[in-house]
Amino acid sequence: MNVGALPPARMRRLTDMTTFYAILMDGMIYASWLFLVAAGLTVIYGVMRILNMAHGSFYAIGAYSAASLVGWYFSSNGEANPYWSYAILVGCALLAGLVVGFVIEQGLLRFMYKRNELLMVIVTYALLLILEDATKLVFGVDPYFTYQPYSLLGRSMIGELAFANYDLALVGASVVVGGLCWFVLNRTHTGKVLRAVIHDREIAVAMGVNVRLMFAGTFIVGTTLGALAGALTAPSISVSPGIGVEVIVLAFAVVVVGGLGSIEGAVVGALLVGLTRSMAVHLAPEIELFVIYGVMSLVLAVRPQGLFGRTVARKI
Amino acid sequence: MKRLKHIVRPMAVATIAAAAITAVASPSVAAENGKFRLGVVTFLSGGAAGPFGVPSINGAKLLINALNEGKVPGPYGQKGINGLEIETVVIDENGGATKQVEEFRNLAERHKVDAVVGYISSGDCLAISPVAEELKVPTVMFDCGTSRLFEENKTPRYVFRTGLDAAIDNIGAARYVVDTNRKTSAVASIQQNYAWGQDSWADFRAALTQLKPETKIATEQFPKLFQGQYGAEISAIAVSKPDVIHTSFWGGDMEAFVLQGAARGLFDKSAAILTCGESALDRLKGQAPNGLILGARGPFGAFAPKNELSEWFHKSYVAQVEMAPSYPAYKMAQAILGLKAAAEKAAAGKTGIVPEKEKVLDAFTNLTFESVSGTVAMSRANGHQALQGISYGEYRYDAKTKQASLANVKSYAGDCVTPPDGTTAAEWIKAGFPGAKCGN
Amino acid sequence: MTYIDRTGLWLIATAAILVAGAFVLPHWLTFILTLALAKALVVQGVVVQMRAGLVSFGQGLFFCVGGYAIGLGGNLLGIHDAFALLALGLVASVGLAAVIGLLMTRYRDIFFAMLSLALSMILFGVLVKSQTLGSTDGFNVHGVSYLGVTFDGANQKIAVYILTVVVSCACALFLYRSQHAGIGRVCEAIRENEIRVEYLGLSPRWILYAQYLVAAAVSALGGGLTALATGHIDPEMAFWTTSGEFVFIALLGGTMHVAAPFVAAVLFAFVRTYAIEFTPHTWQMILGLVLLGIIIFLPKGLWSLVSRNRRVKA
Repeated sequence: MNVGALPPARMRRLTDMTTFYAILMDGMIYASWLFLVAAGLTVIYGVMRILNMAHGSFYAIGAYSAASLVGWYFSSNGEANPYWSYAILVGCALLAGLVVGFVIEQGLLRFMYKRNELLMVIVTYALLLILEDATKLVFGVDPYFTYQPYSLLGRSMIGELAFANYDLALVGASVVVGGLCWFVLNRTHTGKVLRAVIHDREIAVAMGVNVRLMFAGTFIVGTTLGALAGALTAPSISVSPGIGVEVIVLAFAVVVVGGLGSIEGAVVGALLVGLTRSMAVHLAPEIELFVIYGVMSLVLAVRPQGLFGRTVARKI
Repeated sequence: MKRLKHIVRPMAVATIAAAAITAVASPSVAAENGKFRLGVVTFLSGGAAGPFGVPSINGAKLLINALNEGKVPGPYGQKGINGLEIETVVIDENGGATKQVEEFRNLAERHKVDAVVGYISSGDCLAISPVAEELKVPTVMFDCGTSRLFEENKTPRYVFRTGLDAAIDNIGAARYVVDTNRKTSAVASIQQNYAWGQDSWADFRAALTQLKPETKIATEQFPKLFQGQYGAEISAIAVSKPDVIHTSFWGGDMEAFVLQGAARGLFDKSAAILTCGESALDRLKGQAPNGLILGARGPFGAFAPKNELSEWFHKSYVAQVEMAPSYPAYKMAQAILGLKAAAEKAAAGKTGIVPEKEKVLDAFTNLTFESVSGTVAMSRANGHQALQGISYGEYRYDAKTKQASLANVKSYAGDCVTPPDGTTAAEWIKAGFPGAKCGN
Repeated sequence: MTYIDRTGLWLIATAAILVAGAFVLPHWLTFILTLALAKALVVQGVVVQMRAGLVSFGQGLFFCVGGYAIGLGGNLLGIHDAFALLALGLVASVGLAAVIGLLMTRYRDIFFAMLSLALSMILFGVLVKSQTLGSTDGFNVHGVSYLGVTFDGANQKIAVYILTVVVSCACALFLYRSQHAGIGRVCEAIRENEIRVEYLGLSPRWILYAQYLVAAAVSALGGGLTALATGHIDPEMAFWTTSGEFVFIALLGGTMHVAAPFVAAVLFAFVRTYAIEFTPHTWQMILGLVLLGIIIFLPKGLWSLVSRNRRVKA
């Protein structure tokens, strides 16, 4: 590892235009993926105060169901219009998220809302363990390699570098998801009620808000967002056991940096982590491993509640 | 709820007590039940399960069933091992070295296995090796590639390895790159950031620089293991305009990297060499560009020589799993066949008994046996390490038949790519491969 | 309260029985017990903080420091005595905790959990990057002696086992005493309402700091003993799933009694090893179901089965 003055090659890279926009583009693409992964986590935490360790499993379930169904679509009708596979991706995610979210909320979580926050972390940890093996039982351990939707869109040259159009579309998808979340929270009646629940659960109950319904809805939306992230990622990776566990810590980092429970925070957190990481990869690959935890520790050291987190009034 | 607790509590106490008593009191079932008890350890969960663990356990089950029925061709017609039916205890390798040491002790002392075959992770191999020596359990490492195994265990007695050292993969890879006349004025590297990736790259870089001193390194990328998203790394590699890209990626990471790199044209201008690439030969389905250089960590999988044993193995595997066996399946089969050959040699014709352990060890040391990858000689590390060649070849995909194959295959004999005993791989490369017999 | 009360006597008696067991029990069993007890020491570290309302998802940090101290002390400093090595790990770990504790004690709830996780993952990253230390493969611990005596093979394992039992018993007595002393009571008060404790003129931050150091110390001992027992260390010790397992066991046992983490760790070891054996493909699911069952039916942990005080208020 080099300490001290940067070697000439790296100096040159710093001033190189190609590297500069590569950092920007890669950072944006990675950030949008991070946001997709983290959005569901922050929504659930914001409303329900549950730090959902099983979020990664929802991601995995989304990825697996999308990969297997799209794979089946291509292998069973070779002549079919390949563009339908995108509808299958999204449809799969919605269906998987709805079903899994509903079953878990109604079957388990709703009996536990009175327990404290930390115990809920452990409940979701148990869920993570169970879902990890359940996914394995349903889908097997063979990796699913469903590349068609990824390679179908081709690539575009931006300057000297080629980018996969699917990755660029992912940026669009995350803007849509973020926009929708923002719109629902800020511009609809449901959103207003939700914000009331976020602000003070007890008062909201006293005002006649059906908090149980809100919780059920939020959990299902959060699960679906997790599954959607998985489904949209599935075509660009090889879906194999353990992918869920890998994204949990990432999603946590993004959400903690941005401030737990804040959509704006998740956006900023994702951009911060995404761009820093991309900078590290291009300029100092040896520190890449520490980037995420470094950013998280630094932000927490300066702003313990995260960038957009609310400081909670201390109650006596 | 309250009433429920009254029932649950005593019940739970009773269950726990009962479990504890059975756990402690249950006598370790003696192994002398007329069967050969074999511990099989491989990944059944986690990221290494799909690409390595599952093919290897499929290979093990298939071979052991066939052995028990006496249906294996070649010199292995005798039922089971030395006429005894093989009974297996399967353990998941996932969970780290500490847990594996615990499970190994259980295998040895509770299950009283006659031998253990397993271990993919280098960390597990390093941790298990002294324990195997201590507990005196014949242990055959089938896949892990760390050079440190026999550098640290200098006088092995109970530990054998029928798979190859990872240094061989990378020395072979460097030779292939040089022998196919590739430019090496800009070499890029992308490795998973853990011991395997770091060691593989160090060996490849040293070997290539030794063979072609004008080699220059353009970029070295070390993404986290199981990262899956390689956008930034692919850009950084593309920006460095490499002639050759070297990677020791495996499993899902490798498939994702190939897919994402191909979609962005990374392999159009650069040659890429994937030391573990063969394990995905039948899965890439034309997503990998033709010309990608793949290896199989030895003469396994698609590189296996055609003979009665390998053809039988390939055919039965396809019949049972509906997929061609990739290299981990071959390596597992090789380890079991090696053990069987050693045990039967030790028994010297007295079938139907578990041969004496010490005799099996003596027989295994320096043994030459027939395997699904051809003839294997246990001729390194005082006769405990298999010596075999290594092959590389280019990926070719036929869109019409939807079949993948290998072209421009080059094989290097074991003596060409393996350091002699007493020399570490790093020293041997640095000294310029003294004594290498490459036959050309 | 006399210096050693009934619970203390029970602990000592159990330890004595376990030590005697070294010569009766099969080796595989004593080995599982060694690992479980060593792990339980780290869990004690988690529980100490949990009593004060802090959940550490990064206790693996100190577990790992303790383990690496054993390996590095032998390889670099030429120390081969087990007690000196354990002391080295203890000092290193407490020293580290003394520094980062200044930062950590400013955090509560989920932020404490996440920051502790991040710090432990940074150590993991550093170790993975250190190729001279074997990166993720780690390295083996050789030639440890016990007060000048070296054992071979099985005897060495018995020595580690007895050492672990003795250390565990000593830690348990210490923790039991401190739990029932003023500082232990104040910790519970901090968990319930930190501000009121401040109004009483105490400084919650420094009390938490002290607890943080104690937790680091026992965790390092656990790490050291694990390294001595398995003879191998690797960065996985600092990985977040390792820390998650400690929290898992802590909740399994509950925070009611100092013996609970030991019982839970032993039970966990057996559940896991039998789950791995009988259902190698679904052992995680079994662990998850057991955990859920405990949370639903025994919210105070396994110890509530033993506790006579059946009407503990929630």
